Amino acid sequence: MQDKTPILEMVNISKSFPGVKALDKVSLRAFPGEVMGLLGENGAGKSTLMKILSGVYKKDEGIIKIDGKEVEINGIKDAKRLGISIIHQELSLLPNLTIYENLFLGNEIVKGFKLNKKDMIQKSQEFLKKFNFNKSPKTLTRDLTVGEMQMVEIIKAISKNAKIVIMDEPTTALTEVETERLFTIINQLKQQNIAIIYISHRMEEIFRICDRITVLRDGTFVGEEDIKNVTKDKLISMMVGRKLEEQFPYVEVEKGKTILEVRNLSWKKIKDVSFNLKEGEILGIAGLMGSGRTEVAKLIFGEYKKEKGEILVEGKKVNINSPKDAIKNGIAYLSEDRKKEGLVLKLSVLENMMIANLKAYENKFKRLNKKKQLSDCKDYIKKLSIKTSSPYQIIKNLSGGNQQKVIIARWLLNSPKVLIIDEPTRGIDVGAKKEIYDILNQLKKQGKGIIMISSEMEEILGISDRIIVMHEGRITGEISRKEANQELIMKYAVGLTD
Amino acid sequence: MEKLKALALKFKSLIGLFFLCIVISIITPRFLNINNLLNVLTQVSVNAVIAIGMSFVILTGGIDLSVGSILAVTGALAASLISKQNSLFLAILLSLIVGALIGAFNGLLVSKGKIQPFIVTLAGMTIFRGVTYVYTNGTPISGLSKDFTFIGNARVLGIPFPVIITFIVFLIAWYLINETRFGRYVYALGGNEDSARLSGINTDSIKTMVYVISGITAAIGGIIVTSRIGSASPNAGSGYELDAIAAVVLGGTSLAGGEGSIAGTIIGAMIIGVLNNGLNLMNVSPFYQSIVKGLVILLAVLIDKKNKK
Ligand SMILES: Nc1ncnc2c1ncn2[C@@H]1O[C@H](COP(=O)(O)OP(=O)(O)OP(=O)(O)O)[C@@H](O)[C@H]1O
Ligand SMILES: [Mg+2]
Repeated sequence: MQDKTPILEMVNISKSFPGVKALDKVSLRAFPGEVMGLLGENGAGKSTLMKILSGVYKKDEGIIKIDGKEVEINGIKDAKRLGISIIHQELSLLPNLTIYENLFLGNEIVKGFKLNKKDMIQKSQEFLKKFNFNKSPKTLTRDLTVGEMQMVEIIKAISKNAKIVIMDEPTTALTEVETERLFTIINQLKQQNIAIIYISHRMEEIFRICDRITVLRDGTFVGEEDIKNVTKDKLISMMVGRKLEEQFPYVEVEKGKTILEVRNLSWKKIKDVSFNLKEGEILGIAGLMGSGRTEVAKLIFGEYKKEKGEILVEGKKVNINSPKDAIKNGIAYLSEDRKKEGLVLKLSVLENMMIANLKAYENKFKRLNKKKQLSDCKDYIKKLSIKTSSPYQIIKNLSGGNQQKVIIARWLLNSPKVLIIDEPTRGIDVGAKKEIYDILNQLKKQGKGIIMISSEMEEILGISDRIIVMHEGRITGEISRKEANQELIMKYAVGLTD
Repeated sequence: MEKLKALALKFKSLIGLFFLCIVISIITPRFLNINNLLNVLTQVSVNAVIAIGMSFVILTGGIDLSVGSILAVTGALAASLISKQNSLFLAILLSLIVGALIGAFNGLLVSKGKIQPFIVTLAGMTIFRGVTYVYTNGTPISGLSKDFTFIGNARVLGIPFPVIITFIVFLIAWYLINETRFGRYVYALGGNEDSARLSGINTDSIKTMVYVISGITAAIGGIIVTSRIGSASPNAGSGYELDAIAAVVLGGTSLAGGEGSIAGTIIGAMIIGVLNNGLNLMNVSPFYQSIVKGLVILLAVLIDKKNKK
């Protein structure tokens, strides 16, 4: 394996943004027919490196070689011409076009002035078949699931003769089944001698799919290793620069009185969901994607209007018709979709952090106390170790994990009684994951009630006090921490009850 | 150097205005004359006031095409109240209230009715123009009292009264946008409506409010125009919506919402005013003026786009 020649070599790449050195002499190689895992904590510079490779950013220093020859990448066009293709996390397909139209967008087959639809459809069919994708090329893209869209995106990349395919956290929005399908596709790509660069924070995935790994830390190169020569612990210590004790810290806390009670909640496919939550308790909600967990959260939070059921906070029935009402009643909700439902990308770290709690900063004449905002913001930047060049940095420029921490700070500032947190560590590195669990435990000690929706088995098992499992809009099981295990959760999650 | 560039970018509209002034004063010495400058400011004031309200709407990602018609309706209302009742206070108050109500009408259709702002205010534009024609029977209302014409024509300490009004409106708007919760919500709404709502912001009421503000500023514009001319014409203010939008855009506010400033809008309005005045002083025909104005807008937006990359 060692004597293979790399198809891609990036050597001593540096890149600075105003106030941050994102990459400092970083190197990366990729080999044909292999998957190179690119790992590192949030903000380590992975995405930046890939954006340089795909022509989105220009490097400040360093050289890029493809097939041993030095190349200049000055734009997305150059990268495409060189056979480099990136699967964005934000999908770039046009939802109102069909699959085949998307596949051939910009490369349409024409006969004179007329589109040759027949040929395009037929060719698309061949591509789709090759990947066992059983949809008609004439299907509208908007009718596909996220996973299927991603599949189309990958097929599109390959249909343009890509030699190097970059996947930046491709599985964050996929169901288990879809993830499996992605891995099958990756194996097919490997057989076609395509080089793959794979970014992910999920350890199991990395060990399953990668042939080698490269680790970055704080914008510097830590090392490249054959996957056979590393263990999970070694990987983590390469990434965070120290050993990580207990990855899923659990703390025992005396539970208080019932703080939230949900009775017979129903809405669309959600049927009669009832449960309660105590002070000092983390209630995990497990289930497969699409089992209705997020819907339940949004019903409690007033984003959706329930058809039936009632909600009690501290024993009193409350009327929640909008998120505003929910917040007034001490409920906070952290969305699973950071970009769409959490961040205001154009605004600064400070403004994103303050937006749900501005009322607390109003002085005379409704004037906002900016000094206090700044000092509180700095406080939380320190407390949650958020990596940002300044409180005024535009949040778009932060790495995913740090964006998540800003949103957590937003809700902590609100000092809620009940915190509903939906996929709290999606796209977050191991070190930061632990920090987030520590934060949740801290809140638990303060007597808050926490509902944690998660698709990560280890997380659910590791830090919940109690777990309820949902299947197709219903609760199919409730498990105490003591009796919880993966098999039991999966059994309930697929709808089997005892 | 980096810092200098950042500073230059921040004040790009101001720098643009400055250069425009220099070029014009080199070509025609009549420009740099205190009377002419005060004249420019007076002429700018109506557009500036309307553009301030428009900024709120555009910052949320909306647009208000009905401001010209609101100006006409409220101007006519003020004029008829003055000529019949001769109560200055009542005339002004009622005009402002009607402006706010029309704004609320637009705003509710946008927020609760979920109709696109362009459609709502395009319809509003023709509806309220029509209302003005019906109300005035298609003829100008004139014969207004001195008290009222004072607003548009008097000077206080040498400064034209409309300029003072504009300045006050600007201060209030600046305070609202920069110093209050409401202002932050406007930006959040324009940046990402879902996030804003899930942060507990009543997005519907913010959306409605910005149209109310735009309605009020259009009414202030109506009062100034009517008192300046001394009569209310049913086709007053037609086309003003475009000048206001141009001012907002020239001031660096993004039509997509979430980005921009009130100070920028004032400078945008000044750029248009100075350009108009300069071209007039140079005896350029109105036909050409219109072409030049359009080109300047395109140029400004092009420069903006280039620098944002
Ligand atoms: N356009 C930009 N302007 C300023 N700083 C930036 C910009 N893009 C990235 N950065 C900074 O560069 C660093 C590296 O960010 P990058 O997005 O590459 O991290 P990452 O390794 O992909 O992290 P994650 O795992 O969270 O996605 C971060 O500190 C980030 O704040
Ligand atoms: Mg990244």
